[in-house]
Amino acid sequence: MDSYFSILFTEVYKILFLLIPVLVSVAMIVWLDRRVWAFVQKRRGPNVVGPFGLFQSLADALKYIFKEIIIPASSNKIVFVLAPVVTMTLALISWAVIPFGEDFVLADINVGILYLFAVSSLGVYGIIMGGWASNSKYPFLGAIRSAAQMVSYEVSIGVIIINVLLCVGSLNLSDIVMAQQNLWFVIPLFPMFVIFFISALAETNRPPFDLPEAEAELVAGYQTEYSGMMYAMFWLGEYANILLMCAMGSVLFLGGWLSPIDIFPFNAIPGPFWLIFKILFLFILFALVKATVPRYRYDQLMKLGWKIFLPFSLFYVVLTSSFLLYFDLLPGK
Amino acid sequence: MIAHSVFFYIFSLIAIVSAVMVTVSKNTVHSVFFLILDFISISCLFIMIGAEFLGMIMLIVYVGAVAVLFLFVVMMLNVAEQKGQWFSSRWDGGTHIPVGLLVSLIIFFELIIVIGGWKYKPDLLNSLSINISTEVTNTRSIGNVLYTDYILLFQISGMILLVAMIGAIVLTYRERAGVKRQSYVKQISRERDEGVDLVEAERNKGVKIDA
Repeated sequence: MDSYFSILFTEVYKILFLLIPVLVSVAMIVWLDRRVWAFVQKRRGPNVVGPFGLFQSLADALKYIFKEIIIPASSNKIVFVLAPVVTMTLALISWAVIPFGEDFVLADINVGILYLFAVSSLGVYGIIMGGWASNSKYPFLGAIRSAAQMVSYEVSIGVIIINVLLCVGSLNLSDIVMAQQNLWFVIPLFPMFVIFFISALAETNRPPFDLPEAEAELVAGYQTEYSGMMYAMFWLGEYANILLMCAMGSVLFLGGWLSPIDIFPFNAIPGPFWLIFKILFLFILFALVKATVPRYRYDQLMKLGWKIFLPFSLFYVVLTSSFLLYFDLLPGK
Repeated sequence: MIAHSVFFYIFSLIAIVSAVMVTVSKNTVHSVFFLILDFISISCLFIMIGAEFLGMIMLIVYVGAVAVLFLFVVMMLNVAEQKGQWFSSRWDGGTHIPVGLLVSLIIFFELIIVIGGWKYKPDLLNSLSINISTEVTNTRSIGNVLYTDYILLFQISGMILLVAMIGAIVLTYRERAGVKRQSYVKQISRERDEGVDLVEAERNKGVKIDA
């Protein structure tokens, strides 16, 4: 019995060691997002609370905690309360398989990439549940839009993942990183990287694909009826998902924890820092896109997903596999 | 192994209870949510017996795609809550109960026939082209069998899905007149000369534009 408890305690300790930094960095990343956004638009952004306004998110969180949680009378109360919890949980559990370095991962499972894909495809439920349970027009429309959008772009993300897997021959995330020791996949699979980046924007409901919460049409989409801490949980879940997509992009295409060149000053920096640099780089790209690009129209969004990205990434699967087959580079023989 | 069996019983209990709740709950949307819970706990059971690939595919395909469409349809149809109308339904004359019973009876007997007559091929294990070992991950072993021994079945099932998809598109597609479509090529290739038309307007007469 003792061994059970010792295993339990070490695991809980490890999980806390992972989750607390993730939550803190989500708070920081919200600040970074707003600063980059303001920088592009020649504003100052949050700069009052703490040095450079660093503690703005903490102040916001404090405000959310003390606000009243309003549950609409005609809502479906259980589902209404569950929705933000689902969003938040799903955004956090996927961090378990992200490898921060060699043997520095919480759960080194064989089907890591499938797990990530599965959890991100579950993310749509938080939104649908929130939109439906609010029992109100705007949230419902937002939820329907978001579900259609996320399902569509998931398909192309799946096909892009197949492209990477063809070059690796394993579903394990650590193997995927180790396969990029000589050449990061962003170079041979550059078009796939671009499509992955755009699909990740759509998957996380970021601008220019933020139609589910398009304020001009739908108030705040599925979040309209939420207030206080429940709204903050949606918010946190959304940003944790964005960070996760950045982490996924760095693991799949930018070589995860590997340093760009394997010579002294670079490879002396420990792996987790490289991964964090890459996540930050991708996140700043996300923020720049948010600041520069206007919102898509709904039919343009669907057209882009189904008629352009899906056929192109399917074509690239054929291209990659025939290239690997012809030059006898197929892994895992 | 205690923890293992505890988790097994937790997941199987959730699976059975939610399967019952799918049929019992009065709100259709709740039924779909219970169906999703059922899928998730079954995929947890798959993972517990070591079939991690099947478990994940179950999550991706059934929970991530099929159940979302279910939820979509149920929400869009706006099926009203059925309040105690199980056996005294008036809104369709109560005809759905006998039909439902008939269909479920047929399925029940079909299942009995199929499962009763279930036989494994006598030399099943020898006929497979891989030998099962713990070294190989189950993703790889499924791939090895699926693309060699069962390639025909695999391709046929793909064809069936393709036919179903084309059928659905053919059935629902209708040509509508007067739909305005956006043509990117047309928009981008527009030049200044064709875009702007300079007209010499006569005084007190104006210009008649017929577009």
